[in-house]
Amino acid sequence: MSYSDKVLDHYENPRNVGALEADDASVGTGMVGAPACGDVMKLQIKVNDAGIIEEARFKTYGCGSAIASSSLVTEWVKGKTLDQALAIKNTAIAEELALPPVKIHCSILAEDAIKAAVADYRNKHEVVSAGYAACDPTAA
Amino acid sequence: MPKVPIYLDYSATTPIDPRVADKMIPYLTEQFGNPASRSHAFGWDADKAVEQAREEVAGLVNCDPKEIVWTSGATESDNLAIKGAAQFYKGKGKHLITVRTEHKAVLDPMRELERQGFEVTYLDPEPNGLLDLDKFTAAIRPDTILASVMHVNNEIGVIQDIDTIGELCRAKGVLFHVDAAQSTGKAPIDLARLKVDLMSFSAHKTYGPKGIGALYVRRKPRIRIEAQMHGGGHERGMRSGTLATHQIVGMGAAFRIAAEEMATENERIRYLRDKLWAGVSTLDEVHLNGDMQRRVPHNLNASFNFVEGESLMMAIKDLAVSSGSACTSASLEPSYVLKALGRNDELAHSSIRFSIGRFTTEQEIDYAVQLLHKHVGKLRDLSPLWDMHRAGVDLNSVQWAAH
Repeated sequence: MSYSDKVLDHYENPRNVGALEADDASVGTGMVGAPACGDVMKLQIKVNDAGIIEEARFKTYGCGSAIASSSLVTEWVKGKTLDQALAIKNTAIAEELALPPVKIHCSILAEDAIKAAVADYRNKHEVVSAGYAACDPTAA
Repeated sequence: MPKVPIYLDYSATTPIDPRVADKMIPYLTEQFGNPASRSHAFGWDADKAVEQAREEVAGLVNCDPKEIVWTSGATESDNLAIKGAAQFYKGKGKHLITVRTEHKAVLDPMRELERQGFEVTYLDPEPNGLLDLDKFTAAIRPDTILASVMHVNNEIGVIQDIDTIGELCRAKGVLFHVDAAQSTGKAPIDLARLKVDLMSFSAHKTYGPKGIGALYVRRKPRIRIEAQMHGGGHERGMRSGTLATHQIVGMGAAFRIAAEEMATENERIRYLRDKLWAGVSTLDEVHLNGDMQRRVPHNLNASFNFVEGESLMMAIKDLAVSSGSACTSASLEPSYVLKALGRNDELAHSSIRFSIGRFTTEQEIDYAVQLLHKHVGKLRDLSPLWDMHRAGVDLNSVQWAAH
């Protein structure tokens, strides 16, 4: 199968590969997929006090379309609020990268990665801001 | 730098050897007669060429030319052998045996026969890809009529012990079919000695044209099969249809060259394959799939852990290879052959099959090694699984959020 130029570009020049400090309170980490399916995406977002995503990093085990989808997503979430990031649809990702039908699931996984990262961040903050640090289950 | 893309997918198909193409061409426009035309020179010439090719094919595998039936390829030969024998001998029993790592051209006819009321036992190979002969013997029942075990596996290149399996089958009165599509020209075949009853051959894996193959049908003792193609009674009633003289001439020439050149060619190919393996096995976490000793010299199938196969194929697009990764097929299932070896999903997904051939050069191998080092490194830098491995995390213990 031949790859679209955009997909190849994201492999040759991936954006925002790497990691953020997962324990940091301002970081949300989402890991989706499974090795059994051949796709695992780790997306991390760093959210500032104003609730804007200022940094994003990804690491992906998966085909070219999966790498491109997650790389693209790190570009798209930057500068957005959490709710705006959650609004990113897989169809937009698929269209931008010209993904063929058999690769649509890669864009769906990327959308899921955003949701997982946001959920993780919110998890950290709902509990902390509720003030019940003493019975914080995540501190166990 | 060698000319790219570099072809390292000889197990998928081979180019026609120029010497073979030269032999075929006159039969396209000049000697175009129908070999079944008994009444004129056009037919006689074509028939002569067909019979010469039949001898050439028989020569490579040491059988009587009368035992060679022309087909459209190994897939058709497999279908003819399996369905043809099952239908003819079903009065004696309706149990068949095969192996989970067989080519679809064997597995799918077996499934079809199951739909028609036969019973099939699918044996699992050992992790090295080879069949345990005790397990094979144990699977034979009084109502077993046919066993099918391929000589050389297309994905991992391992060579099954068809000598012994043939003896076991003969002792129990079970017909033995062997798919030899991947072995002609690579591993020696001596049908005078082997107790094989039916054997499938393909031309396009041995530098011949696509669209032509043959089925060996033993005459001593006489094996019978029911034809699957009717219409004219060609090939002693076993396979009707006008013979494609040019294709047959091609297959004959290809097999003749294989017989002549196999020994020296395979030594050169083994050297190149071993060099490729030596080059890539210096990378961390590279696993060989299939036994290295009982393997044809052309094949290397390796898993690059923590890197997904299709992304690796995209990264090394200067190499034409094939992957056991699901992404290259429509389903999300990895290679059934590698799964049958007991390979876990990650290793099955990150496998690449390299198959070397007559026209591969040392320069191409050196370039391939270099390319693999560069891109495996790059993809591991991108991979969260590689990070987790280096941090000492056991990936089997992780709860994945799959969908």
